[in-house]
Amino acid sequence: MELLYYPGCSVEYTAKAFDQSARAVCRKLGVELKELDDWNCCGATTYMSVRELVSHGNSARNLALAEKAGHTQMVAVCPACHTVLHKTNYYMEEDPKFSELIRKGLKAAGLDYTGSVLVRHLIDIIVNDIGLDAVRANVVKPLSGLKVAAYHGCMLTRPFGSIDSTERPTIMDRLLEALGAEPVEYPLTAKCCGGMVMNTETEKTVPVVAGLLKCACDRGADCIVVACPLCHMNLDFYQPEANRYLGGDCAMPIVYFTQLAGLAFGLSPEELGFGGELVSTRKLVTQYA
Amino acid sequence: MPRGELAKTPPADRLSPDELKRVFLDDVYALPGGERIDLCIQCGTCSASCPTASYMEYSPREIIAALRAGLLGRVLHSNTQWMCTSCYTCTVRCPQEIKITDLMYELKRLGIKYGYTDKHSRAAEMARIFVDLTNRRGRNQETELMMRYYMTRPAAAMANAARGLKMLLQGRLPLPGTGKTIKGLDEMRKIRETLERIEAEKLAKEGSK
Repeated sequence: MELLYYPGCSVEYTAKAFDQSARAVCRKLGVELKELDDWNCCGATTYMSVRELVSHGNSARNLALAEKAGHTQMVAVCPACHTVLHKTNYYMEEDPKFSELIRKGLKAAGLDYTGSVLVRHLIDIIVNDIGLDAVRANVVKPLSGLKVAAYHGCMLTRPFGSIDSTERPTIMDRLLEALGAEPVEYPLTAKCCGGMVMNTETEKTVPVVAGLLKCACDRGADCIVVACPLCHMNLDFYQPEANRYLGGDCAMPIVYFTQLAGLAFGLSPEELGFGGELVSTRKLVTQYA
Repeated sequence: MPRGELAKTPPADRLSPDELKRVFLDDVYALPGGERIDLCIQCGTCSASCPTASYMEYSPREIIAALRAGLLGRVLHSNTQWMCTSCYTCTVRCPQEIKITDLMYELKRLGIKYGYTDKHSRAAEMARIFVDLTNRRGRNQETELMMRYYMTRPAAAMANAARGLKMLLQGRLPLPGTGKTIKGLDEMRKIRETLERIEAEKLAKEGSK
């Protein structure tokens, strides 16, 4: 099966382990991720803060390119990309006047979009389309005894709830169980990591990350599993600040769900982008690779 | 937004409280489902759900209270909307289904457009650089984004330098200027210019009311 893939800016560089492991895991599951040609930035949470219509217009260019290439589905790995592209889609569908304006913009660029592309997140494809039975069938090195805090974050499910509960999602727990890992009770699973505000208001957002870190430590997790480049960045990069805030010294590896799936599928740590993080994952990788 | 727009903020409020309320509501009503703002019952679920409300000068609930009292200008001058992480918890919990996150975006845009935003606002500065980079490259190259942001903030840059270097060695930060530029930049420019013209026409119509 071939699936149209929207990588997003973060996974090109800072979160390239996510891109690498997503492609490798999909290949193992019989899915080839085909990159959308010449995609542009979705605008994340930032472009929208300055210009509304243009932001949706930029986002819609990607949908138009996907439609032009004859696709009815496009998969994203970054929850912000997923939510932003999905939001443009949804607003265009919900409001014909809004749709007309966006299409005016697209037409000026020789493009158009009629609303035929469904934007999905990779975890939704893996769990709900490919299915956990197929996942189990590919497990050669079960993650037995690995205690994981499955951290879903915000935009994987909010605001649309198209993948799972907006309050208490479990999709990642279910996937990790199928890989043989043991999800710990993690009540903060859908709480925000601070997002982009971390970059500009670090001292006010570190407490948010500290809470997430402490909860995972207290529950005995060996790692926090994420589905978002920004969650990864905030938990991994700002862990020293979070530890200073807590007065603790918790060294918590932060990994993408695709990296753990890859290990369980018997893929090599190099193929999965391990080693490209700040808090070491070596112990975990040595044990399960 | 052109360079320097934030720095050209006028000293006094450009809009009267009534005008501000009208412009804000016109924009909000234009959002899909935007008219639901009128249904706010001031229950405070949004404020209680917000991960950063304790750092906001006005909590999400107070925004709508301020709007009704004709005090929206105070909110626009505050840090409130710039502390919003866009986590959408308020939006999914609001019993009246008001899209509060969208209101936050609208406040950010109005603040910039009418010069309420503090010209030293770090988040607004970050947003300005982000938009500029996206317009110039089609993608947002994070190294360039952070380096331009850190240029005027040496203390923050120093605090993160060692970790930045490690990321550079891991190949996770492209050298500035080496990031990809998309082929369809011209398409993006045409989309942008067309939609900016539509926004400007809308604004002119609002002004003549």
